[in-house]
Amino acid sequence: MSWISWMLPHGASTFVGDVDRIYYIILVITGVAFVIVEIGLVRFLIKYRARPGRPVRYTHGNNTAEVIWTSVVAVTVVVLGLLSAPVWKRIKGRESLPANAMVIRVHVKQFEWNFIYAGPDGKFDTPDDFTRRNQLHLPVNRPVVVELTSEDVIHSFNIPAFRIKQDAVPGMLIRAWFQPTETGVYELGCAELCGLGHYKMRAVVTVLSPEEYQRWLGQQSTTVASK
Amino acid sequence: MATIAPPVEPAAHALVDDRPFIRKYIFSTDHKIIGIQFLLMSLIFLLIGGSLAMMMRWQLGFPGQPMPGGSLLPETMASNRVILPEFYTSLVTMHGTFMVFFAIMPLLVGVFGNYLIPLKIGAHDMAFPRLNMASFWLAVPAGFIMVAGFFVVGGHAAAGWTAYAPLSANPEYTGVSTGQQLWCVSLIVLGLSSILGAVNYISTVINLRAPGMTWFRMPLSIWALFITAILVLLAMPILSGALIMLLFDQTLGTHFYLPAQGGQPLLWQHLFWFFGHPEVYILILPAMGMVSDIIANGSRKPIFGYHSMVIAIISIGFLGWIVWGHHMFQSGMNPTLGTTFMVSTMLISVPSAIKVFNWLGTLWGGSIKFTVPMLHACSFVAMFVIGGLSGVFMASPPLDMYIHDTYFIVAHLHYVLFGGSLFAIFGAITFWYPKMFGRMMNARLGQIHFFLTFIFYNAVFFPMHQLGLHGHMRRIYDPTRYDFLKPLAGLNRFISISAFLLFASQLLFIVNFIGSWFRGRKAERNPWDDTGLEWTTPSPPPHGNWAVVPRVYHPPYEFGSGLTTEDFLPQDRKLDTLPAPATAPAGG
Repeated sequence: MSWISWMLPHGASTFVGDVDRIYYIILVITGVAFVIVEIGLVRFLIKYRARPGRPVRYTHGNNTAEVIWTSVVAVTVVVLGLLSAPVWKRIKGRESLPANAMVIRVHVKQFEWNFIYAGPDGKFDTPDDFTRRNQLHLPVNRPVVVELTSEDVIHSFNIPAFRIKQDAVPGMLIRAWFQPTETGVYELGCAELCGLGHYKMRAVVTVLSPEEYQRWLGQQSTTVASK
Repeated sequence: MATIAPPVEPAAHALVDDRPFIRKYIFSTDHKIIGIQFLLMSLIFLLIGGSLAMMMRWQLGFPGQPMPGGSLLPETMASNRVILPEFYTSLVTMHGTFMVFFAIMPLLVGVFGNYLIPLKIGAHDMAFPRLNMASFWLAVPAGFIMVAGFFVVGGHAAAGWTAYAPLSANPEYTGVSTGQQLWCVSLIVLGLSSILGAVNYISTVINLRAPGMTWFRMPLSIWALFITAILVLLAMPILSGALIMLLFDQTLGTHFYLPAQGGQPLLWQHLFWFFGHPEVYILILPAMGMVSDIIANGSRKPIFGYHSMVIAIISIGFLGWIVWGHHMFQSGMNPTLGTTFMVSTMLISVPSAIKVFNWLGTLWGGSIKFTVPMLHACSFVAMFVIGGLSGVFMASPPLDMYIHDTYFIVAHLHYVLFGGSLFAIFGAITFWYPKMFGRMMNARLGQIHFFLTFIFYNAVFFPMHQLGLHGHMRRIYDPTRYDFLKPLAGLNRFISISAFLLFASQLLFIVNFIGSWFRGRKAERNPWDDTGLEWTTPSPPPHGNWAVVPRVYHPPYEFGSGLTTEDFLPQDRKLDTLPAPATAPAGG
């Protein structure tokens, strides 16, 4: 039963630290609020159950109490906002894309992911570009920018282990970035209902060491050249 | 204050009811009959919506296994009793559609707006009784059109209840054409029904309050229904406009939402959620109002902080208009706007928290009677707290990036709409049932129904938080396709079995509802010892409610003041000695 847990699963990108930290902070704050309110509720229900001869505390309220609980909640949410805003800007802000990032074009359609690589020359729209379907290979510890476009409906680029999710919208070019930190095999699944095949719109993400990645890249290029 | 009621009709005229059967019970203009008509209609849709959820839970708990009773479904829905993916997406879509538009919304607004507003403010009927009748008789065809979608070629709408374009806008993408069009037409007709209702509620509250029923003597249920009606009036036309454009895209070759010809898919999301977020509050504010009435009654104490409760309702109604973008953090909308919507979303948690604290304040020092309505009202508070707190997680855009479109959201919205609204509805039905039908619901059956529902409800929806935290996406037909979701199969099965038990427990409510109608104990005028005006007329009230409208002397929740021999002071009872400063609020 280890899956009944409030811990987030293991993550493997540079976003994990920030996103998971915000999660645990909110978990603690809401957890404390939850315990206080629910225990208060149950305690009142037991303590003030109707018993003959005990008068009720006839009151219409208390302004001091209203001011206190309003301020406490307001201050708490302001703090949460201050914590979230810079992380959001760093992850999704339009100026946040790292300059040294590797660019992969991700063209999505019902129900497949097409990953278009620039090839060894590092430039798109040249003969050595190549496309891999439902297979995404990435080097570890290098920022990646995905340029998301969609052929038909809205899909969502979602790699839970990297804490990244971004919709791909037809008619728009949307850039998102992330940086894997561990080699291994991960899953990418569409997160936006996109039709009857939504559930099987899955891709495998393989994060390789830089050397392995270069070797893989070389193999792809030979395949392209030999065609 | 302009609260003088219109000239009172001669007494004899108001109470003699010589209408023929068809005008009395079918095409009735009596707000009470219309309220009961809405009640029967929306309970049927609640049952339909629940049945669709059971089929979804079968597939999620037992993916690919033949469903019991699946042989009743045609080949286009289930093959060899196994639910097909295309039918599953229709189930997802229609469960949401029926529950939001045909069950919870009419249950709160149609039923209790109609039934309670004239009775609680001391009016003979609605301001526009014929418009009221039209409102119900538009909702019925809307319901038929929506059900008809299951029987057309291509199946029912399958683009989610949110109908994101372009999936919903071009039949090529789902294989559904007629079903999606019927979906649009049905909601446009239903929108008209809601607008007519809203106009009526607003006019009635403003113009027909009994003498002495000042704004700040209105019960919180009426405040909530009044603000809700304003939200409905302003929000539904936006949905209707968006739906008409969607229908044109499907049928006339326009391209408001189709990018290939220059349309913009995000336009749909902006319009839908600009309607949709006020809609969320339409689905919870009346519940909050009625829970306030029930909690004050059950605690035998005035509501704590009446004025701050009113201010909280009004500020939720206002802030509800500027938070829609929090549904769109990951949609490709400019991320700077995301920060703006985060701020407004965080703000709206403040009035919600104020309400929770005031409910606790009302219980504090009370003399709590655990009637069935009170059990439901207290669990509304307990569950709404969970739904409200889980909302804080997705208000943070970077964290929303992880949990968006996962079961965490499903858990959150069900804690608000089921744990919140539906528990409040069960409480409100039980509370006002004696007024509606003149008989009490069975308390023992009601208690058993409450406890089973409470337990199984939490067994279904609480573990969905865990599914979501593991990254389990929403609306997927078969989670076992993903390696990282495979360990969750056991939890999914547990949720499904709990859901079947939850559904089965509702049989008790059905039995109680129908059985009490015929065999329930006769109810006196005021079975709950309440202060509201509706309890001053017979159960059920005659056509016209009162021969002479009552005059109001007191605030709505005068319990336990010690000024009367009973522990409550009805709003219309004139005291010989003026209680003036003694009952004046010490605080809010």
